[in-house]
Amino acid sequence: MSAVQTAVVKDSSMLKQKEMISGNYRKLETAKAEGRKVAATFVPGNLNELIMCFDMANNLPEINAIQNGMRKKTGAYIMEAEKRGHSEDVCTYVKADLGMIAKGNIGPDGQQLPNPDLLLLSYTGCFTFMKWFELLRDQYHCETAMLHVPYQGDGRITKNMISYVVRQLREEVIPKLERVSGVKFDIDRLRENLRRSARAEEDFVWVLESAKSRPSPIDAYFGGVYYIGPIFTAFRGSEDAVEYYRMLRAEIADRLANGQGPVTPSGDMKAERFRLVVEGPPNWTSFRDFWKMFYDEGAVVVASSYTKVGGIYDRGFRHDPDHPLESLAEYCLGCYTNHNLPGRIDLLAQYIEEYQADGLLINSIKSCNSFSAGQLLMLREIERRTGCPGAFIESDLVDPRYFSPANIKNRLESYFQMIDQRRGGPSVAHAA
Amino acid sequence: MTTSTNEIVATCQALFDDLSFSYAREWKSAAPGRIVVGYMPFYVPRELIHAAGGLALGVLGGGDQLEVIQGDAYYQSYICRIPRSTIELGVTNRLDFVDAMLFPSICDVIRNLSGMWQIMFPQVRSRYFDVPQNFSDAVGGAYYIHELNELRDMLAEVSGRPVTDEAIRAATGLYNENRRLVREVYAFRARQPWKAPASEVYLLMRAGMILPVDEHSRMLRDYLDAAAADERPRRDNSRVVVTGAFCEQPPLNLIKSIELSGCYIVDDDFMLVNRWEQEDVPTEGDPIANLADSYLHHSASTAAKYEPDASQKGLFLVDAVRRTRAEGVIFATPSFCDPALLDRPMLQRVLAANDIPYIAFKYAENSGQMQPIREQAGTFADSIKLWSTP
Ligand code: SF4
Ligand code: SF4
Repeated sequence: MSAVQTAVVKDSSMLKQKEMISGNYRKLETAKAEGRKVAATFVPGNLNELIMCFDMANNLPEINAIQNGMRKKTGAYIMEAEKRGHSEDVCTYVKADLGMIAKGNIGPDGQQLPNPDLLLLSYTGCFTFMKWFELLRDQYHCETAMLHVPYQGDGRITKNMISYVVRQLREEVIPKLERVSGVKFDIDRLRENLRRSARAEEDFVWVLESAKSRPSPIDAYFGGVYYIGPIFTAFRGSEDAVEYYRMLRAEIADRLANGQGPVTPSGDMKAERFRLVVEGPPNWTSFRDFWKMFYDEGAVVVASSYTKVGGIYDRGFRHDPDHPLESLAEYCLGCYTNHNLPGRIDLLAQYIEEYQADGLLINSIKSCNSFSAGQLLMLREIERRTGCPGAFIESDLVDPRYFSPANIKNRLESYFQMIDQRRGGPSVAHAA
Repeated sequence: MTTSTNEIVATCQALFDDLSFSYAREWKSAAPGRIVVGYMPFYVPRELIHAAGGLALGVLGGGDQLEVIQGDAYYQSYICRIPRSTIELGVTNRLDFVDAMLFPSICDVIRNLSGMWQIMFPQVRSRYFDVPQNFSDAVGGAYYIHELNELRDMLAEVSGRPVTDEAIRAATGLYNENRRLVREVYAFRARQPWKAPASEVYLLMRAGMILPVDEHSRMLRDYLDAAAADERPRRDNSRVVVTGAFCEQPPLNLIKSIELSGCYIVDDDFMLVNRWEQEDVPTEGDPIANLADSYLHHSASTAAKYEPDASQKGLFLVDAVRRTRAEGVIFATPSFCDPALLDRPMLQRVLAANDIPYIAFKYAENSGQMQPIREQAGTFADSIKLWSTP
């Protein structure tokens, strides 16, 4: 049995998550037959607790794109979308999704995905979302609810923003959910869901912050993308999510107690040589190769911005059952890419200090202006403020044409050498 | 004494070519207490700037004459040109007289640029200006009124004097008149495109990004008179609507190339702010509520604005074609422009459903090579003629 399989078998949280994900796909596949209504929605600002109040299944186009990317299916989907007139310049999540639909809408697990009954557009942190949903509406001709979430241009959430979002929830989103699902809104049910969210969020934050230890028991980017799965997608607010994060926390607590480093696809990481903060989403089509470039060098990501796209929980936000709609509004407003650039810079600079990182690495994604525009200034500012060296690499989310392993590897190797030089010699490993 | 079209166009060209914004600098220093407020495409309520005793200065990038040296160091190759050249304008002190900068809610690039400006030019008041995507009065309207009031307060702070209701009403009247004249110029061109070449109309509209509103209105009036009186040869050109160019501007040569290739541009979306409100904004009553109402219910459609009604998607373009008796549409889009490029297939579907031919190409504000565009537009013009021949 390989190290990976060993790790997978050991981690019951991983098995749990796998079950949850396939359970959700099953829920989607059987939705029509079982009379269940389906909402499609995005990760940042997703209103899973609210959707659950209407017994609807939740389909997340970004997650389909990621899953398809990891299964190396997106290259063909993107080409299909481009053949149909979509520009080579635009976000590849959108094209991977539209290409998948054009080719029969077979989901990542090989089963037919249902047409959504409602497109629930939580429009936060990215302008592309709006166009993406208009494009989906063109395909599905179904009802669309738009929740416009203002941007934190001045780096703060104002009362006006909260009341705007709450009003939209009351007057636009909830009535549409009621109409489409035929289920009456019950605010107490929402409160219950939010209570469970907050419980899961506590454990999730504990896991993220475990990376402050040396060696870090987790990789907060490559491992982090698994840890965010339930809380960022169709499970926040469910008992399953509470259970998942409870299990995960216990597993990480064990690793911490044993002084172990993170689990990688090649087994436990043996020695931690570099501690990095990473800005930007990962590449999905070569996810494992990309990760390997890090763990082969003993580089651990101790904090990342990507694990904050669905909420910056480690800065204190929790869903609040006592103020359900306001809390949903605050959540939507607080997603990472809805923060202004100075706020993003502050956060990353703080991570470098708090997590005692060696520096900042930016993986700049061609698809994603929301993340990428301004990252070169971010790099400079953060280097200036922290005195730690930074590095910049470029790739894409799900377009295999834009992942150049040799270039990225070279860049990373030079970066690690630079960190070593700054330390005045090869780095000391923190043995796991 | 009447002014000739040549003279008017020469004035506009000089304003357009001046990347140091001398006109606006001089305007500011001509009287104490004046402020200049820069804004990026596509829309800000310029009425408030005027009411604050300010000059609204449209910052539309550096065009093809600005050498971008430092600006490129801030952006990856896959991001459009306008933010780089705007940064270049900033770091080369060409905008050092600007008291405040507004970054409208158009796309993630401009949005993020608002934060970059805060960091790079801390002495300038920079504000991201959000507009609602919910168009009901009680929801989007209430939010927007609040945003407008915040902007009003900010402008009052920058200018050091209150922005009164009365001043906003007066400014609204001036902008109403300006928009009426802009619409008139567009209508005139649609009727007699040979008398108002697209490159001239373009420069005329660009002048409106710099001149005070009343001065620009005077210029528009003069142009309408002069252009109507001019005798110019009428060509057998095809009539086209150009769309997709609402932010990063095409080089002037590109506009000329389209015309030289045998197309009359009879409508475009180059500077939407000039025609954003499609009806007069009322000048009685609460001036802020009036601006909000106009935004929600009487403003133009563009890629950065949500279309809540699926059945209406893209019809604004079909209407523009019908209204101007255009025979086709040219999608001229800046490279890497997410909103325009993502919108394009939806608009093309609507055009196809209405039997309206179209072509598409991309440009950058500093594109130099016009030959391919001339050829493509020329072939399009010819094919339109061919199709329309019975
Ligand atoms: S542009 Fe970025 S944030 Fe927006 S949909 Fe694409 S990947 Fe997601
Ligand atoms: S050209 Fe397009 S992508 Fe670039 S800043 Fe303007 S709207 Fe945004």
